[in-house]
Amino acid sequence: MHNPQLAANGQLTHLLTLEGLPAPVITHILDSATPFVSFGERDVKKVPLLRGKAVFNLFFENSTRTRTTFEIAAKRLSADVINLNIGASSTAKGESVLDTIDNLTAMDADIFVVRHSESGAAHLIASHLNATGRSHVHVVNAGDGRHQHPTQGLLDLYTIRHYKKAFTALSVAVVGDVLHSRVARSLISGLTTLGTPDVRVVGPQTLIPTAVESLGVRVCHDMREGVAGCDVVVMLRLQNERMKGALLPSTGEYFQYYGLTPDKLALAKPDAIVMHPGPMNRGVEIDSAVADGARAVILPQVTFGIAVRMAVMSLIAGNG
Amino acid sequence: MTTALPDAEVALATLAERMRASVAWDARFVGIYSGGAWIADRLATLLPGEHPVGYLDVAFHRDDYGSAGLKGAGRATKLPFDVDGAAIVLVDDVLFTGRSVRAAINELFDFGRPASIELAVLVDRGGRELPIEATYVGARVAVARDLTVALSRGDDGRLALAFERSGEAG
Repeated sequence: MHNPQLAANGQLTHLLTLEGLPAPVITHILDSATPFVSFGERDVKKVPLLRGKAVFNLFFENSTRTRTTFEIAAKRLSADVINLNIGASSTAKGESVLDTIDNLTAMDADIFVVRHSESGAAHLIASHLNATGRSHVHVVNAGDGRHQHPTQGLLDLYTIRHYKKAFTALSVAVVGDVLHSRVARSLISGLTTLGTPDVRVVGPQTLIPTAVESLGVRVCHDMREGVAGCDVVVMLRLQNERMKGALLPSTGEYFQYYGLTPDKLALAKPDAIVMHPGPMNRGVEIDSAVADGARAVILPQVTFGIAVRMAVMSLIAGNG
Repeated sequence: MTTALPDAEVALATLAERMRASVAWDARFVGIYSGGAWIADRLATLLPGEHPVGYLDVAFHRDDYGSAGLKGAGRATKLPFDVDGAAIVLVDDVLFTGRSVRAAINELFDFGRPASIELAVLVDRGGRELPIEATYVGARVAVARDLTVALSRGDDGRLALAFERSGEAG
């Protein structure tokens, strides 16, 4: 099937998933983000790339942090930003997602940033726009269900490349609630596309999806084995709000087995970095001594996240 | 109407001679990536005085962004000095439509308010679309509009000019 996020000439026109996105496209996005990282050095922290464009933040599911980072990114590109908390408005009145999109397109939207609890929502909207001759309107997936969160995956890739330079000799451990994590799925897609030879997913059996090995990763149920000798440790948030049924005995027991503590981190390489997509649960998946320690790059991830989102929006808006 | 291109090293020497008498002793040389950056580096060694060198990526301010997309990926503007109150010489390889220079001036002002900006170019090929003129020119040539004049730098650091038949130029 034609990849709906790429135009006929292979240029990125929507960002829906890192799955199946070619390595040169991913690398181009990461390269494009670099000039935006040093934005803090400017007197004027704004550039006119999206001047006169309207970016609609469509959050069918709440996320203050992701919405804020997209809003900052769009505003620094001089776009007009409209935040819609759809969960509390039209959908509650019975309007379908695509009717909402048609209405907002009639208000001359240029970019939709979409967060939805259902997997495939952004994909559905992009396909609808493409099929109705409105491919000049772009869609960025800001998280769909358990499926993908591509800008988070890209900022994770940017962070890893910033500290480790190349992917082709790296060992990366992704630890925790992989089952519910679209962050993990996006990162794993990107890592394997860019040629990372050793990607491990680490967690209890109940939080690791079945057949995850088909993504090209190794499964470890023992955390010590999982982080041993790795260059990058990516800790995932324990997603309490997504837990259905008794997947875990207690958060205290989870911390004992899978929480990242200084003694477990000591098993990784001496220069290993620690990442976390936020928000962190201290004392559940990560010890404060690690979260605030010298190896943590969790706050640089936030800074890089704005730059990556600026690059993505600039690229797709510039591609037609 | 197209004339032959000059030798880039000769044009660079001419440009430096024309700047020598009037460029401020402490002028900052700011090169536009990538050709202008090479020339700014060379001018800083050729001319007397203290000339800190900076580099500009004009991608954020290009006026063809809507049709050509984001260009110059991976290069960031680097200005290792205070732009406020500085005497600046903007340096580019080829002056054509004037659009790159317009974008470069906007980019500079995002970092502060310079005391003055002059423009030094290796080659002026005519064909301006904006009211922009260079203060210092290494060589003037007449070139058909559909030709691109491209500067390259060899492994030994020597500069060379050549024609390329392609789309855009600045």
